Amino acid sequence: MLDHAISDETLLSVQNLSKHFPVYKGIIRHQVGVIKAVDGISFDIRKGETLGLVGESGCGKSTAGRTILRLYDATEGTITFGGQNVAELSGESLRRIRPRMQMIFQDPQACLNPRMTVSSIIAEPLDEHATVKGRAKQDRVSELLDAVGMNPRFANRYPHEFSGGQRQRIGIARALALDPDFIVCDEPIAALDVSIQAQVVNLLEELQSRLGLTYLFISHDLSMVRHIADRVAVMYLGKVVELADREQLYADPKHPYTRALLSAVPIPNPEVETKRTRIILKGDVPSPANPPKGCRFCTRCPEAIEKCHSVEPDWRKLGDGRHVACHLAE
Amino acid sequence: MDAPAITDSKAPVLEVQGLRTVFHTSEGMIHAVNGVSFYLRAGELVGVVGESGSGKSVTMMSLMKLLPEPPAEIVGGSALLEGRDLLRLEPSALRHVRGGEIGFVFQDPMTSLNPVFTIGYQLTEPLREHLGMSRSEARARAIDLLSLVGIPTPEERLNDFPHQFSGGMRQRVMIAIALACDPKVLIADEPTTALDVTIQAQILELVKSLRQELGMGIVWITHDLGVVAGIADRVMVMYGGLVVEHARVSELYARPMHPYTRALLETLPSLDGTRSDRLRSIAGQPPHMTQAPSACPFAPRCTHVHDRCLAENPPLVEAAPGHDVACWWRPPEQVSESEVNADA
Repeated sequence: MLDHAISDETLLSVQNLSKHFPVYKGIIRHQVGVIKAVDGISFDIRKGETLGLVGESGCGKSTAGRTILRLYDATEGTITFGGQNVAELSGESLRRIRPRMQMIFQDPQACLNPRMTVSSIIAEPLDEHATVKGRAKQDRVSELLDAVGMNPRFANRYPHEFSGGQRQRIGIARALALDPDFIVCDEPIAALDVSIQAQVVNLLEELQSRLGLTYLFISHDLSMVRHIADRVAVMYLGKVVELADREQLYADPKHPYTRALLSAVPIPNPEVETKRTRIILKGDVPSPANPPKGCRFCTRCPEAIEKCHSVEPDWRKLGDGRHVACHLAE
Repeated sequence: MDAPAITDSKAPVLEVQGLRTVFHTSEGMIHAVNGVSFYLRAGELVGVVGESGSGKSVTMMSLMKLLPEPPAEIVGGSALLEGRDLLRLEPSALRHVRGGEIGFVFQDPMTSLNPVFTIGYQLTEPLREHLGMSRSEARARAIDLLSLVGIPTPEERLNDFPHQFSGGMRQRVMIAIALACDPKVLIADEPTTALDVTIQAQILELVKSLRQELGMGIVWITHDLGVVAGIADRVMVMYGGLVVEHARVSELYARPMHPYTRALLETLPSLDGTRSDRLRSIAGQPPHMTQAPSACPFAPRCTHVHDRCLAENPPLVEAAPGHDVACWWRPPEQVSESEVNADA
């Protein structure tokens, strides 16, 4: 992580955010249930910081990112950004705030229109939201390509002519086009090879320190999150179970799920690997349509007590400033 | 050296020599595998590490003749399974090898299981086909196999379809199918890549315990250096359709010699220990493979490149006991070590 200034000012505040998807069945498509993809999460992101959001597939981390950007409408809760509740904006006021919040997607193949040139892909947000035209627009595109380490001469090529890492750079250039304050990076390196991942992460960090960006970095790669994030939130089945400063979380995880998750990550060192004792979680993640009663993790938790099966743990702040949702954490 | 040298007693169960595979495409020839040699002994696990396009999967698919020809063409080499060359077997004989003597586990368990047949059918099929078991024998064995891979209530689950299993459970079923006929060799192609880390940990534990129980040779293809560190005996690193480094696992991680392996290990952020401010990255892109390598395929991205690298492709040679590397350059610590040894 490069040095970058983190201010005390909160850029984005998420309070009790939920996103439920209805489940329909039968010919008349009556609703038979809901998938509680995100179920009451709260956190703040300070200006200039990177908040890592980790968890396994299906835990709701991507849904959380998309709901914050209003790509989905929130079921409940507030998203305070720039003094406004993004969850309740509509029409022109929503449109005005969109340029300030952008997204970088996981699959650089799927998120770029194969029939558009790189130049038109990057210029599209400019056409929508800005008033630059002609020469100035082309200059801005060149400037953006240059900023992400690509040759501006490639502007008239098509996405298929580029490798995965280069396509991800194009996606980043598009996200930067409107000078956003906040970017949701949804697994931006998951589809890339190891040697290319480092290039993209370094680029994201350079851009952050140069442009003062704030990131929500969604990933399942705990090692990479330790590298890039200032604070880390761990999600399980629609809930944030732990939120702490990076050093605290990795050195001394308080939630049993965080501990299991960290212990499951293979370490590229045979000596360490052979000596390690792993916490092997039993079974699979329960369905978010029918989450367990009490603590959501109680069905797989190696430390669960009786209370965990009946009472849902509060989201509470511990003495050292971190947040955790577990009856046993101290 | 404390660890015994790699070249020891037991004869390999699988021995591949100079395998070369190309693809004929509309944009010309792709040289995917450019002379790969390796061996596998009973009871050991060899990890094959490389990025996408390094030829690791194509190598394994080639020796089972699983690639459609054309566009693929195996242009050279041999693959001896206990003395028989798989590349020259009759199709009918090869059928008995696939799924019989060699088991395969693929990356994505959803696409490699047939969605319209029950797990029980897919599991008993190889038993009846290869071992000539009766329906009831095969069913009994299928139940044994499912419990071996840790699926609860196997009798009931036999009648379930793949979609009724979770990702981790499906991969367990795939492993059970691959193990059905007691294969001598198990080839696992990125078997945990599509799984979550906590599920991956379950599968890795399972494979570790099965290895001890069954004693077959396993080839484990992955891009994850962490996974290999925990389970492999030996590791081959592939780049540009070539094996660029090969050593015992502890040796490879402690003393990597090829600049690619070294860079790869340095790019990884760590879960513990010190955090660097900036990740080391490997500049440039992997090679396009449109030409057979006449120079070192890693030369354009290598920090130790010199004239010879661009003129001549280095052969894989034993640079230290049991440690093979295909590179003209030697790490400084290794040069000084060998000097010390020479003095002594």
